[in-house]
Amino acid sequence: MGEFGIGQPVRRKEDTRLLRGRGQFTDDINLDGQAWAAFVRSPHANALFSSIDATAALSMPGVVAVITGEDLAAAGVGLLLNDAAYKNRDGAPMHKPPREVLPRRQARFVGECLAIVVAETAAMARDAAEAVEVDYEPLPAVANGARALEPDAPRVWPEFGTNAVVHWEYGDAAKVETLLAGAHKRVAVDLVNNRLAPSPMEPRAASAEYDAATGSLTVYTPSQGGRRLQGNLARLLSLPVDKTRIVSRDTGGGFGVRSKMFPETVAVAFAAKTLGRPVKWRGDRFETFVSDYHGRDQVNHAEMGFDADGRIIAMKLDTMVNVGAYLSENGLRLPMEGGGRIIPCVYHVPEFYFSVKPTFTNTVCTDTYRGAGRPEANYITERLMDKAAEALGLPRDEIRRRNFIREDQMPYKTHLGFTIDSGDFDGTMKMAMDGADWNGFPARRAESLKRGKHRGIGLSVFIEGAGSRPVEGMRIRFEENGDISVIAGTYSHGQGHETVYSQLVHEFLGVDFERVKLINGDTANSPKMSNGTFGSRSSMVGGMGIKQASEVILVKARKIAAHLLQAEAERVTFAEGVFKANASSITIEEVAKAARDPRRLPEGMTPGLDEEVTFENDVENFPNGAHVVELEIDPETGIIELLNYVAVDDCGVVLNPFIVHGQVYGGVVQGVGQTLTEDVVYDASGQLLTASYMDYGMPRAAHMSHIEAHFNVVPCKTNGLGVKGAGEAGACGAPPAIVSAAINALWDYGVRHIDMPLTPEKVWRAIEDAKSQKAA
Amino acid sequence: MLYDVQMTVNGQAVSGKVEARTLLAQFIREHLRLTGTHVGCDTTQCGCCVVHVDGVAMKSCTMLAVQAEGKAITTIEGLAAEDGTLHPMQQAFRDHHGLQCGFCTPGMVMMGVDIARRLPGADEKTVRHQLEGNICRCTGYQGIVEAIIDGSAKINAVRS
Repeated sequence: MGEFGIGQPVRRKEDTRLLRGRGQFTDDINLDGQAWAAFVRSPHANALFSSIDATAALSMPGVVAVITGEDLAAAGVGLLLNDAAYKNRDGAPMHKPPREVLPRRQARFVGECLAIVVAETAAMARDAAEAVEVDYEPLPAVANGARALEPDAPRVWPEFGTNAVVHWEYGDAAKVETLLAGAHKRVAVDLVNNRLAPSPMEPRAASAEYDAATGSLTVYTPSQGGRRLQGNLARLLSLPVDKTRIVSRDTGGGFGVRSKMFPETVAVAFAAKTLGRPVKWRGDRFETFVSDYHGRDQVNHAEMGFDADGRIIAMKLDTMVNVGAYLSENGLRLPMEGGGRIIPCVYHVPEFYFSVKPTFTNTVCTDTYRGAGRPEANYITERLMDKAAEALGLPRDEIRRRNFIREDQMPYKTHLGFTIDSGDFDGTMKMAMDGADWNGFPARRAESLKRGKHRGIGLSVFIEGAGSRPVEGMRIRFEENGDISVIAGTYSHGQGHETVYSQLVHEFLGVDFERVKLINGDTANSPKMSNGTFGSRSSMVGGMGIKQASEVILVKARKIAAHLLQAEAERVTFAEGVFKANASSITIEEVAKAARDPRRLPEGMTPGLDEEVTFENDVENFPNGAHVVELEIDPETGIIELLNYVAVDDCGVVLNPFIVHGQVYGGVVQGVGQTLTEDVVYDASGQLLTASYMDYGMPRAAHMSHIEAHFNVVPCKTNGLGVKGAGEAGACGAPPAIVSAAINALWDYGVRHIDMPLTPEKVWRAIEDAKSQKAA
Repeated sequence: MLYDVQMTVNGQAVSGKVEARTLLAQFIREHLRLTGTHVGCDTTQCGCCVVHVDGVAMKSCTMLAVQAEGKAITTIEGLAAEDGTLHPMQQAFRDHHGLQCGFCTPGMVMMGVDIARRLPGADEKTVRHQLEGNICRCTGYQGIVEAIIDGSAKINAVRS
């Protein structure tokens, strides 16, 4: 519908405010009379303690209070919960340790909060936090997930007698082993899905104020939508949900990690309530590194068996996922429920055995980070396909083509019970290969070699599962000034919802695009049934909520228009925001105004045109795509330079290509980070070695080349907009494509595997090792 | 002990009493309440806090407020025209989707203006290298790089 409707590359509404420095991030908010908080954090990965002595700290200037786990326990503050209930095959339940907000006896990872110090200024609070004495008794620690499963590894929770949370299994191990043993070709990979720090650019922060007169608590914090945090915090502090308000005005990036309830938030809220004055905490980057949940951290062993035609007959996958010292909200679930939504990805695998061992270590928890299980799953299957291409002597595209789930097999039920509705994997792969001039590669390789560089080309085909927990409320309200407000529990923190939702309201109700406003980020007014924004879900759940609410509004508005125009309802037409009957017409805004006045309505009709619906779907959607990467490696330095990047995405119907391309670019570069630069490193004693941007390799502008992004639109069949989520695809496609290209570049050396991240040192060593092996 | 500082910020004379350890970024954010300048790290890596000091891009987390005595500072709030018309670099960021969450954006825009001043006509590769000190987690840099090239062309077309 014109330049502002569905599918148009509309410029973002939110930009003007943010470009002028008028965003309102949590640290930009100051509350009258606020005190400042700082945290006492454990310097040990594993240590017992019997006392926290705040005497010296409390005597320092400006110090208001020091609050420990004992204070929280005395006040009845609850435990941070994990509601997973996985079982071992023998029926034994998983191990579930209790998690206190501030532990009272033992610290289990470096950076764990043990006390909150409140003072008149931020500097005073920090100075005092350093003066708090904790009588640590350090214990042996384990940080590496694979090491934690060894029999002599220190136990994070000695009472369980093991660091394994559970051993979860799917499928028939013996049957799969028989098929693999009898296969024409059997290939195997051992992979590391490296641990990552989500690193939103806004460090974590929280401010809280408690109004004793009304018994209401308000917490300002970056988030991905407040409803789930609200319920969690209310339970922890024994407050009524409706007296607990979460406000996020602007949030500087989420990526999964901002959807979680962290101990710092609870402690700040408790301090504000207890002290009777607002308390503000602004974490710095170091704190964000040690205490924000990390992502990935899987070790995978996977095998596939193929028949003589190159068709998969069976696959097995053993996954270890390092969950950290406790069970966070979702970390444990990611292999089974995040990656499990799609594994074994775009391929038809008749028999599948899947074993997952989540493992405790003395590190901060891992949890959802852009892709949350799906990048790991796609990396595994794509590395297997490259191995199979080698083993079977087939081109990398051909082995994939022979095994894709075909459109005539859809809807396709996956092993773990999900249903892929649509996708054109072969067509999408072809678009990516054509876009990258795959066939012209040998000439470019020869040209690079003349300059002493090894050129490689790589391919990945991936699938994503988007739109999880598909239930979400959405409200449309007609304002007296003529604006139309969308009131949402989804929450835009970079995705441009105000723009896209405005396009949808404009499309469905014909109102002026500029008059549509988004109200989100405040539990005081968001719909009660809301999960927030994560898992690439807002296009489907938010978009469909707007569509359904608009449909209900139009049914009622038409009746009102007919009444006002003195016509039969079925004679009234509606187009571009105007109801017409005979020669008369009335705009939807005028109908909304009339709808407030019972005297202007048909008899018996309830006044008002505002509407709230709860969209519910039975299923997720399955975005997918193909990436082709071309790169050069300098054998003298091991440095990889990306030269060409083609990304073809099937994210269904595209609501705003300008914004979806932005999601693709951002996701790709997070994948580039995982592949080339990023790695969270703990040493053997559990000290975090990568706790600043000087040590942790964030991808910079120069790590990337231009990305050429295209769409292969295959509308989703299971939602009325035909959309598939777009947020996480890039992070799924990039790692396997880049690794494939790097191995291709180093093929003649005999290099067949390098674990991510492919740092210059690792690449250089792989080349040197291969050379010396050949010489030997 | 507090020290008196005076400087010009976005064309206005300002003064304040600060501790010796107060960073310019803290003075701008907490004393002047100009919160468009952001702080994203502790180690001068991320560039969210870039402002102009006497016309040159500086990370305001790497300078003490007392070191800015007598200087002319421009922050992101001082870039647009008084009637709200965006500066050509701001407009270019909007036109090229150079921002998503908006947190790194003020520093990126101030850096972009500086690149336009120092390196008119810089190509994509140069702009990417010039952004070594500015981190963005959302955009994949593509829109930012395109915006700086376009914004620079517009700024320098006006100048010449």
